[in-house]
Amino acid sequence: MSSHLKTSRDVAAAPWTGPVRRYDIVKEFVIALVVMGVLATILAAAFSSPDEKALTFKGWGANAADNLYAVTVGELAGTTESAGYGPPYNNASEGIAVGPLHPQKWMGVRIPVDAANDFVITPLKSQEQPAAVTTALRAWDAATPDQRTAWATALDDAVQATAEADGAVHPDQVAAGEYGPVPDLATGLVAMARSGALDGAMLSQGRFYASDATKQILFLDDGSYFDDAATAQNLQGNTWGMMNGVNSYPGQPWLWWASLWYQIPTFNPAEDATTTTSLQDNADAWIFYIIGVIGLVVIFFPFIPGLRSIPRWVPVHRLIWRTYYRTHGNSHLL
Amino acid sequence: MATTERVGGPSGPLQTGDPADGRMWTNRLRNRFFGTFPPEKLLPDRQPAYVASWIYVFGVATIAALIVIVASGLVLSLEGPAWYHTSSAGHFVNSVHFWSVQLFMLSMVVHLWGKFWMAAWRGHRGLTWVTGALAFFVSIGTAFTGYLVQSNFESQWISFEAKDGLNAVGVGAWFNVANVGQMLLLHVCLLPLVVGVIVVWHVLLVRKHGVVPPLPVRADAPSEPPRDGAVPDRPVEPVRTEGTTP
Repeated sequence: MSSHLKTSRDVAAAPWTGPVRRYDIVKEFVIALVVMGVLATILAAAFSSPDEKALTFKGWGANAADNLYAVTVGELAGTTESAGYGPPYNNASEGIAVGPLHPQKWMGVRIPVDAANDFVITPLKSQEQPAAVTTALRAWDAATPDQRTAWATALDDAVQATAEADGAVHPDQVAAGEYGPVPDLATGLVAMARSGALDGAMLSQGRFYASDATKQILFLDDGSYFDDAATAQNLQGNTWGMMNGVNSYPGQPWLWWASLWYQIPTFNPAEDATTTTSLQDNADAWIFYIIGVIGLVVIFFPFIPGLRSIPRWVPVHRLIWRTYYRTHGNSHLL
Repeated sequence: MATTERVGGPSGPLQTGDPADGRMWTNRLRNRFFGTFPPEKLLPDRQPAYVASWIYVFGVATIAALIVIVASGLVLSLEGPAWYHTSSAGHFVNSVHFWSVQLFMLSMVVHLWGKFWMAAWRGHRGLTWVTGALAFFVSIGTAFTGYLVQSNFESQWISFEAKDGLNAVGVGAWFNVANVGQMLLLHVCLLPLVVGVIVVWHVLLVRKHGVVPPLPVRADAPSEPPRDGAVPDRPVEPVRTEGTTP
């Protein structure tokens, strides 16, 4: 067998001395170009392309005002995902790790995001506010960090205490308490969102030109408005979201081998799970490492003993070259 | 190349083919390139008889789709990233761009699977496979940045989802998927350039080494005896030319 393989490798490496055929490579290319151009044009004309409008803070304020109120309070209390994210946005946590590997922590804070100030206080200060909000901003600025946290945490707890089973909260049912200026700040931000002013304030962050949407994305992500919209479009990771596009358009189907891992309960807990494992908590890191390993295996496949012999064992090549085998058998191949 | 003469120099008239020319970088590069890729190898009009299956079409189909992608992308870039949201013509060009990407990736995946089952890395063709696989992964990155710069709901969601994985492995600070400006420049400049270079490299390697021959049929495998009047799956015009190098 080894001499047989050696011989076939030699044949593969040597200039071909067997029968040849005419092959008009330029004609083939031109035909392929025309076919692909026509196909793309027909598909474009027949099916158009997805372009679902981006969500806005105005829409969030109009359609899920209570959720925006609760998230605003959470940003001030430091209890949202963004506020506790860790690097590269802040030092609130160390982030995801796999064993001794902490690349998220090692990355450091390179894109600073201060959820309370960037999402709430700075936008509120960017424009004229009603008297109640202006007074609340003064009280917030004058308070110590501990006092701010105490007010915001108290209101955050009170708002969450009104939550129903589906997560819906009712700020109008919050029990009385020591909340300081936080209710007025949250109400002011919701009003600003409903007016459309928050979109501009979040985008510009005090600058004229803007091309970085990191803060908007992080803020949107802290609420249910964004998440619910993605769920409705089957874009969640555990429903093969990488491969899906909006409105039933194809997404990135070539990523099935990456999306696959997010369907496995080992990495993705059930919706009603009350506890999670370390693998699930750090799933993004594990899955991205797996994706990286798969990528390296594919790239260096020809150099991996055993794996590289699979095509010899599975005779798909007999189908590909059936005409040649039928006509010539093993002549010129050994 | 025209003959260059230097009259009255210390070594007399300078002629083409002077032995000292061999040390010139220009000559070395030219000799190396055209020695490796003579015209009949760069644009061959003969292929081995076994190059007779529809699977061989998907390599050139991938390149053809890539050209449609680049052409439609260039039109989009002329008008800017917001054009296709507000113009029906822009939306149509964007649709051509979108579907050509789908066709490109489909063709490339079929091409890669075909080459996998051919064990097309045999005969010192390992680097050809590596460049093909690299082209696939860099194309994934290029398409991914395209989805990120659509400036619509899908790009919002994809940037939100992708950031966590990229941050988890420590690259999110430098490859910030929510930074539309950074993603746009990567998508229209750097990544297409990388894909183009890899594809050209890949094609040159294919031309250099030729199309991999079939695997030998195992002696114990059921044989299909030659049939008179057998119809190949693609027209074959055999031209017996012993010793021809494709």
